[in-house]
Amino acid sequence: MLRLQNLNTYYGEIHVLKNISLHIQEGEMVTLIGANGAGKSTMLNSISGIVGAKSGAILYNGTDISNMSPDRIVQQGISQVPEGRQLFAPLSVEDNLRLGAYTRYGKENKKEIQKDLETVYALFPRLKERERQYAGTLSGGEQQMLAMGRALMCRPKLLILDEPSMGLAPLIISEIFKTIARLRDTQKTTLFVVEQNARVALKYADRGYVMETGKIMLEGNSRDLLENKEVQRAYLGKQKKPIWE
Amino acid sequence: MAYWEEQSECCPREDLEQLQLERLQSVINRVYKNVAFYRALFDGERIVPEDVGSLDAFTKLPFTTKKDLEKNYPYGMFAVPLREVVRIHTTTDTIDTPTVVGYTAHDLKTWSDLVARFLLSGGASRDDVIQVSFHYGLFTGAFGLHHGAEKIGASVIPASSENTEKQIRIMQDYRTTVLVSTPSYALFLADTLEEMGIDPKQMMLKKGLFGGEIWSDKTRADIQERLYIEAFDNYGVSELMGPGIAGECREKQGLHIVEDHVLPEIIDPETGESLPPGKTGELVLTTLTREAFPLVRYRTGDITSLDYGTCACGRTMVRMKRIERRTDDLIIIKGINVDPHQIEKVLLEIEGCEPHYQVIVRRENNRDHLVVNVAVSENIFFDELRLQESFVEKVRTALGRRLNVRVDVKLMERKSLEESLKKSPKIVDSREL
Repeated sequence: MLRLQNLNTYYGEIHVLKNISLHIQEGEMVTLIGANGAGKSTMLNSISGIVGAKSGAILYNGTDISNMSPDRIVQQGISQVPEGRQLFAPLSVEDNLRLGAYTRYGKENKKEIQKDLETVYALFPRLKERERQYAGTLSGGEQQMLAMGRALMCRPKLLILDEPSMGLAPLIISEIFKTIARLRDTQKTTLFVVEQNARVALKYADRGYVMETGKIMLEGNSRDLLENKEVQRAYLGKQKKPIWE
Repeated sequence: MAYWEEQSECCPREDLEQLQLERLQSVINRVYKNVAFYRALFDGERIVPEDVGSLDAFTKLPFTTKKDLEKNYPYGMFAVPLREVVRIHTTTDTIDTPTVVGYTAHDLKTWSDLVARFLLSGGASRDDVIQVSFHYGLFTGAFGLHHGAEKIGASVIPASSENTEKQIRIMQDYRTTVLVSTPSYALFLADTLEEMGIDPKQMMLKKGLFGGEIWSDKTRADIQERLYIEAFDNYGVSELMGPGIAGECREKQGLHIVEDHVLPEIIDPETGESLPPGKTGELVLTTLTREAFPLVRYRTGDITSLDYGTCACGRTMVRMKRIERRTDDLIIIKGINVDPHQIEKVLLEIEGCEPHYQVIVRRENNRDHLVVNVAVSENIFFDELRLQESFVEKVRTALGRRLNVRVDVKLMERKSLEESLKKSPKIVDSREL
């Protein structure tokens, strides 16, 4: 469904993404893990068209979207849940959700959008309870749900999530991830999740990529990555002792 | 038709190439980070890992050769700390410094899956009784097949290097259905059965999966006819992992290489240039998923060609032609690689020997024999037979110890050896493989 081939991205002179190749198949949940500053968010922003790629291809169902504007990319069916949610705090929950369908507003779509709204509420009953509340007054977990719901409002085929666990309590994190996995299982949404919390991400994802200083160091299915000693050392906090004799 | 990992084995070409590119890039990143040898090699050529943007750019990387592995004996090429290595094998060659190959737990898992693939593609299944007649030891063959056969759920008999009568007894009594061995051993088995007056038709044996040696279609026909079985070829490289690199399917139109784990190329052995698909040359392999012992562009020394056409079995993995010869004069006897240059080294160490010799490989009664004709200094040709015999014994033990195979030694006067060297080359392999 999505294919990155030799993607190179720069911030000015700084080479951030170094020859990134990666793929996501339809119906899959893929995670990208890595430390701070590895280039994870840059990769997502490159896919979403927020950061331009210097070279390489981003093929979405066969078409190169690397030079498309972000709104066109959303119309193609790729929707991003940004890091730190980025909600419209002074707007109500429902208005936030409706804004998510911005690219497809129009008379003929009104009914459909209403239906999607119901679907999102069914997925996140908590949001339904708080539909008139200002987004800014929600708890962290609820805000994350709202951000996801908003992204779902444009009926994405590929949903990209940037650090959904950020700033949340462990219990809420697993709830969020359960919902994400449910999206894959029931809605057949393809998911790409960028996470620092490798343990939870690998627990729910099908496959994963490990990124380090702008490069992909490892690729594999989640279970194998969880068992990989290097991943355990670097991202799961196991075996902290220096290991070279 | 059964597959072990259908999604991978029948993966559309386009998806496979994407996966190869991803894995190739991550393996280059990993070796650059974790293996001092590769870091120095790339730095020396002024290559940074991110230059390898395509399979095309990849072909500009330097090769890894047997010499490099020798220089890094024993653990220099390991990409993970030793405590993450759960298995160590070595290559069978006779060089003083064999290649020490490490496996992580994940490497072992992959290995058994890949062996399982060719077991199934050759028609073996969980209902089979598989007799593994490879020697269990440092050599990768036995353990590789063993774990793969267990993985598919077959009943595995580690018959190892038990004597042939015992092997046959096991085969009869335990009702072995699949034989795993070298092709030459299969022929020897057929001879022994004949001698013992046992009709192979009375046995349960249905199939044979053979590897570890170069063998021709004629040998295959012989084995099939004499043991009443269907014989399949499989290919392995000990430096990479062992068996599991490639195996035949029922079509027997070449061996499917496990391209999602190993990237094959064909090069001109003289110039090192990449050759287009279909051309015959030296097989060069890059590991895509090995954790403990990744190799980049390793020169196997085996001559073959690649066929990217579709196969009727449904697998999309490229097929390599069966190996017919090697680039070097490595002699493969009973699955063991013998480097003839080692013989010279051994002879020089023995007092009274001269570094003049001729190696003759013969096949008698389907057993391979290695004969070394050695020139000796005149004063050794004493009349005392006993001394002479003990001298022969000394040379034979020394050679045997180094080469890991039985060697017959014949003493010759220098003149007559020189005569014989004029007529034939230093290494004569008269076997019909």
